[in-house]
Amino acid sequence: MAAVTTAPGGVDLREPSGWRRAKSQFATGAMWFAFVCLLVPLGFVLVTVIAKGASIINWRFLTAGIPPNVLPANFGGMGPAVLGTLEITAFAAVIAIPLGILGAVYLNEYGGNRPLARLLSFLSDVMTGVPSIVMGLFIYTIWVIPNGLTGLSGMAGSFALACLMLPIVIRSSYEMLRLVPDSLRQGSYALGATKARVVLTVVLPSAIGGIVSGALLAVARAAGETAPLLFTIGVVTANNPNLFSGSNTALSAQIWLNASQPYVGAQARAWGSALTLIAITFILMIVARLVTARFNRYSR
Amino acid sequence: MSATVQADPATPAGSASGLMPRRPLGDRVFQLLALASGLLVLVILVLIAVTMSQQSTSWFTSEGWSGIFSLDWDPAHGKFGALAFVYGTVVMSLIAIILAFPVSVGVALLLTEVVPRRWAQPIVYVIDLLAVVPSVVWGLWGILVLVPWLQTAIYPHVASAVNDIWILGNLFGPLNGNYVSGASFFTAGLVLAVMIIPIMTSLSREVIATVPASDKEGAYALGATRWEMIRGAVWPHSQVGVMGATLLGLGRAMGETIAVALVCGASATVTSHLLTPGYAMPAVIALQFGEATVGVFRAALIGMGVLLFLLTIIVNLSARAVVERNARRMRGAA
Repeated sequence: MAAVTTAPGGVDLREPSGWRRAKSQFATGAMWFAFVCLLVPLGFVLVTVIAKGASIINWRFLTAGIPPNVLPANFGGMGPAVLGTLEITAFAAVIAIPLGILGAVYLNEYGGNRPLARLLSFLSDVMTGVPSIVMGLFIYTIWVIPNGLTGLSGMAGSFALACLMLPIVIRSSYEMLRLVPDSLRQGSYALGATKARVVLTVVLPSAIGGIVSGALLAVARAAGETAPLLFTIGVVTANNPNLFSGSNTALSAQIWLNASQPYVGAQARAWGSALTLIAITFILMIVARLVTARFNRYSR
Repeated sequence: MSATVQADPATPAGSASGLMPRRPLGDRVFQLLALASGLLVLVILVLIAVTMSQQSTSWFTSEGWSGIFSLDWDPAHGKFGALAFVYGTVVMSLIAIILAFPVSVGVALLLTEVVPRRWAQPIVYVIDLLAVVPSVVWGLWGILVLVPWLQTAIYPHVASAVNDIWILGNLFGPLNGNYVSGASFFTAGLVLAVMIIPIMTSLSREVIATVPASDKEGAYALGATRWEMIRGAVWPHSQVGVMGATLLGLGRAMGETIAVALVCGASATVTSHLLTPGYAMPAVIALQFGEATVGVFRAALIGMGVLLFLLTIIVNLSARAVVERNARRMRGAA
């Protein structure tokens, strides 16, 4: 009944011709191929890191001091770097997350459509694009140069990471605050609450899932950063639990130092550190996902 | 990403208007705290520009414009020309964009137009995983696994295959007879491409997801195949947004430091041969800062940071301008 499918006016309503269908299928195939192009490097890097890193990781590796590079893999470990990464990232989070959330509160709750709020929103967008190494240089110029070598400390590294995290936390919290329905605010105003009270007890709690998950993603990103730490924390090979004085080290900084070493032991410790670091960032990301799934009341 | 204007929430009690002449102290303190945190962004950006420019003035004064944009980088003899690094940054970022663009757009289209929603979510998780692999891990893998493999198994064959072909020979052919290096402009671009694919994919996907369903259904109703629908309905609507996403990816690629520093080969040269060692602005800062604790050398590296800061800000601003203009146009069309 092919003749029936030709509509008045000569429009051909039959199935697309073989050539057109083939082109469409080819395009779909190309999209799947693009996905494969994305999977291959990810799989390649994960398999390599796990294969080379898993064998070296044990309790001693995670706690012992960093040995000289020439020593083989069964000596020492990366304890100071694990400690440093956790401390430096945690302190950066302590600085950046409250400030970022407050900044987002200003942008969404107080600023509204005023020129200043629009400018700050724009600048926080711009700041997310500032390269991480510039943040490191910035903390170096305002903190390490005036203080000399005593300025090199875990805290300086935390400052640099906090500069990196701040705009990310602002952006993600801002997006979440925007999703909170105005009726909630109006309801609490009607009960006579002050603005601060409305924000603290109504707006923030109802957006908390998204805010926490955005903040965790920012922490995950900061934990893996190397460039901001290069000029700010110095180098140590023994534990330095004091964040505020004395040089420190971090997993990412140690991978960077060991990657260009010719010694097998140093390279093995770099792979072990890489696996530890990936594990930390992945765990943060998964927790962020779980938080999103559990607490998101208003999502896009 | 949407640029819709937030409707000013009804700002009754507690707003700055004089409805309530004496607001409680805590309320005002909280507002001030929020304002101060918001202003912090402005303060940090201004401080970055001012303090870093101050620290790099001796570079600008001692070298002058022609000295800064010269090829002569020889710290031992007090020559600090940055041209080779600017060139390397631009070339590597362009390679990264050229490689990452088709993959990102392809995956974004796959996610929005091909796979059903419940399959899209796992793919997004995979892209997120790719996004959180730290830069230094890419660098470690790059220098210990990728570079040796490319150097022995891939590049020599590519170089000898294209040597006599016009243009390709100049880009991928061996330099001076048979010299190709695993650590090179192209390798750095390749690693950068992998690192910017996640951000470009998720931004492109957001843009493509805003294409009105009626446009797509209209195209299908006219008998279009999926590909014709994408070309006729999706692409015209989202091409500008995808350009914005690409520019943001370019900004990321330019600022990326650690992975590039490890796989670029660290040689301050300007050449069209992409399989030879190069250098980039962030990479030279990371690799040579340790030797440059004082003097013009340090000023030059901090100055390179200022250039990088300006360059990435310009790229980000143009990305934003492109996206905003498109958003306005789309609102006008709707």
